[in-house]
Parts: sequence; structure tokens; C-alpha cells
Amino acid sequence: MNVRMLVNGAPVEIDVPGMRRLLDVLREDLGLTGTKEGCGEGECGACSVILDGQVVDACLVPVSQADGSTVRTVEGLAPTPGGGAGDRRLDELQQAFLETGGAQCGICTPGMLMAARAYLDAGGGPDEAAIREAIAGNLCRCTGYTKIVEAIARAAAGGAA
Amino acid sequence: MPAEPPIEVPRSLAEAFAILAAAPHRPVAGGTDVLVQIAGELGPPPERVIDLWRLDELRGIGLEGDTLALGALTTYTEIRRSAVCLEHLPALVDAAATIGAAQIQNRGTLGGNIANASPAGDSLPVLLAMDAEIVVGGVRGEQTIPARDFWVAYRRTALQPDELVLRVRIPLVARREIRFRKVGTRRAQAISKVVMALAWRSSPGDGGWSDVRVALGSVAATPIRATATEAVLDGAAPTAETAERAAATLAAEIQPIDDVRSTADYRRVVAARVLHRLVRDAGGW
Ligand SMILES: Cc1cc2nc3c(=O)[nH]c(=O)nc-3n(C[C@H](O)[C@H](O)[C@H](O)COP(=O)(O)OP(=O)(O)OC[C@H]3O[C@@H](n4cnc5c(N)ncnc54)[C@H](O)[C@@H]3O)c2cc1C
Ligand code: FES
Ligand code: FES
Repeated sequence: MNVRMLVNGAPVEIDVPGMRRLLDVLREDLGLTGTKEGCGEGECGACSVILDGQVVDACLVPVSQADGSTVRTVEGLAPTPGGGAGDRRLDELQQAFLETGGAQCGICTPGMLMAARAYLDAGGGPDEAAIREAIAGNLCRCTGYTKIVEAIARAAAGGAA
Repeated sequence: MPAEPPIEVPRSLAEAFAILAAAPHRPVAGGTDVLVQIAGELGPPPERVIDLWRLDELRGIGLEGDTLALGALTTYTEIRRSAVCLEHLPALVDAAATIGAAQIQNRGTLGGNIANASPAGDSLPVLLAMDAEIVVGGVRGEQTIPARDFWVAYRRTALQPDELVLRVRIPLVARREIRFRKVGTRRAQAISKVVMALAWRSSPGDGGWSDVRVALGSVAATPIRATATEAVLDGAAPTAETAERAAATLAAEIQPIDDVRSTADYRRVVAARVLHRLVRDAGGW
């Protein structure tokens, strides 16, 4: 099946089986390995991406359903994705994760960032209960959620919290 | 990578019906059950798949007279944001809010919950308690099946292989109240151990109840109505004595099983307690 998407702002056209998971298309066919596979069953949120403005588990989306859609992955968070090596600018959320120690490991963090991005894009604020609901589909299996929630609250408050 | 069966992507319902009439295809709506089943290799993968996602004819929430109609592709996020649902059927909004988390609610559909026919499907007790009708269709036309007759056995429905769930129709009855309660392991992303919807109409005079519905999930092979318990509540007022009798009847009426999520005894005790609590809240004591 011929699939066209806008991935992190760049048009992509690719011929893949329609039932291939969006996760596999991103990682294997497009080489965007920032999106992780944890469980492959919708439980962990490590594969979270933003599809037409909504956070989804890329392991549960057949790519046929992303045809004609806009996809944002963790690679597309920073202002100049794929920009020059000297460009160190980050998205405000990434910055907040760094500053509060919310970036604890490489597996859950991309998904946490994307769920949090969707939450902020929808107008979410620094309220802790609301943040916890927004990342309830994203598991951390090692350290805990305190720093992650703090980071999102900080970004929601404009970096000043 | 998981199996990638061939997929058809119809752009209209008529096209979808023709595809289904020509050969069996497994429907994919939001994919939150189907893709888990394929990835987890729960049985052989489907030979062919039909993607319903583009069928806008199956979307939308609206009022048709005294009936609330929801398209099969309505997602839980859409239900949670729907002013019509919030006003007319907040219990369905409550149920939608307990299903998975944001990622699942953005894709998972009401039609998928219905057709997947899990005894733990959280929207299903609400549909049973509201006397909902499920409209299904295919090349032979449409038919309407009462929710009561839809889940015929463990994970089996009244749907024919070449038919789709099209929409759900929920009659809105004056003075009918409904409450929803789900008990799971944690608040988010948890499959029910017990899920219940309780509906009734109270008489404006003495506050006595009529048309009582007690619908449960995760306590039998299908979502069920507890009709003996309904009989105890019907015609009664929501007093402490009624709540006790109804809870005891429910504990005796249901035959839950032990499984990985819970034990039969736990489910029986919890179901009785949830009902007791709902009646107490309704009685205001
Ligand atoms: C992490 C996770 C958490 C979950 N939590 C919950 C929960 O708390 N409560 C709950 O009830 N469920 C839960 N689920 C299950 C699932 O999300 C729901 O059952 C959902 O409603 C399925 O809808 P879908 O559109 O994704 O279905 P799909 O996966 O697309 O389809 C499900 C089944 O229905 C069939 N089907 C779908 N649409 C139609 C149609 N219109 N006509 C005919 N057949 C159709 C498919 O062929 C398939 O057999 C969870 C799933 C995951 C992965
Ligand atoms: S890998 Fe998709 S939710 Fe775990
Ligand atoms: S920090 Fe990634 S799993 Fe805990």
C-alpha cells in the first residue's frame, strides 16, 4: 500500500503493507528509532507518538490508518529536527525533563515526552492530578513518576515552576 | 514483527459491505484489541483485514428524538468530550473515562468494545442497563438487535461474519437514572474485576423504583443482567433493608470464575458491596 504522511514536518511517501504497525514503519522503514517498543500491546506507552494531534500507541496503529496524516515523534520535538550538529536547542518539555531530572532512561522517556506534549498542546496546565492522568498510559518500570510529573508541571508553567 | 495480513481500505460503507460479502475479513476499527491479538499471537492471525477507520458514515453522536445515537467508530475521547453525552448519559462518559488511558481512549471505539464481546468490556453494562439497541448491517440490509440478545456466549455475538456494527441507539426515558462503577487493580489502564451499571426510574410520588436494571461485566462469560436482583429492587424504595436484600440476592445470583485478575469469591463480595453502595447513594442515607 502506498502511504503518504507528514512526519515531523517532512513529507514521506512509502510502499509498505497496510497492516504494518506505524511503530515498525517509523523505526524500520524510516529509521526513526527514537520511538521505542516496550510491550507491543498498548500497555506501556513507550511507542507513543502524536497522530493528527492525538497521542496514540504506535504499536496499535496499522499504517493504513496513518495515510494522509501528520505524525510527530520524539525526533520532531526540538525546534530544528535534523538540524546542524551545533544546534542544541530543545523543546521546552525536553529542557524541563533535563533540568528536573525527569529524563531517567531512554525507553520510557520518548513516550512520556510525547504524551506530555499532547497534553500541553491541548491546553493542559501544571495540575498534578491532570498530569498524572495524561501520562497514565505511560509506564516507568524503574525509578518512579515524581520527577517526570515535576518536569511536565514545570513546562506547563512556562519553565518557571 | 507481527503478522501483516492483507488489508482492504474501503472509503464507503457500501464498498465495505461488498468486500465483506465477497470474502471473510476481520474488521479493524481503532485496533486496540485486534493489534494486541495479532502481536500476542492469540490464535492464528486473520487471513484478511478490513480497515473501517475511513468510514465516516460510522461516526458521530447525536439526538434523534428521544434516542441517543452513537456511531460504531465513536472513540472514548469523543464520548468524554461530547456535550450531548454529558447531558443525557453521564454514566457512559464515566465508563469511557475508565477505559485504558489517553492513548487507548483516542483510538478505542464503542463499536469495537461491542464487537470484541469481552465479558470485561466496560461500556457493555451501560448499554445493557439502558436497554440499548445495536444496529448492524451488511449487503442484506440493516437490523436492530437489543443489547440483551447481542452477546450470546463467551466472546460470541449475534453479528454475522459479513455484517458490521453500525451504531448504537439508546432510548432516553424520562426520570431514568443510571450509575456506573468499575473496580480494577488501579485507576488507569486496568481491566475490570467487576463492572456494574444500575438504572432505575423513581416514581415522583413515593420515590419507589421501577424498570430497574442491574447489569454487570466480568462476572460471567458475557456481560449480563442480574434479573433476580432487579426483581428485588423493582417496586421497592432505596432503603437500607432493600440494599441488604438486593446485595445478598446478587451474591447468590452471579456465578463468577477465578482467573488471573481475581477470584470468584472476591468478585461476588465486591459486586454485592458495589450494588449496596449504589443503592445507598441513591437513597441518600
Ligand atoms: C492497554 C489497553 C487497555 C484497555 N483497557 C480497557 C478497559 O479498561 N476497558 C475495556 O472495556 N476495554 C479495554 N481495552 C480493550 C479495547 O481498547 C476496547 O475493547 C476498545 O473499545 C476496542 O475498540 P477498537 O476500536 O480498538 O477495536 P478493534 O481492536 O479495532 O476491534 C475489536 C473487535 O471488534 C471487531 N470490530 C470492531 N469494530 C467493528 C464494527 N464496527 N463492526 C464489526 N466488528 C467490529 C474487530 O474485528 C475485533 O474483533 C484495552 C486495550 C488495551 C490495549
Ligand atoms: S510498545 Fe506500544 S504500548 Fe508498549
Ligand atoms: S525511567 Fe524509563 S522506565 Fe523508568
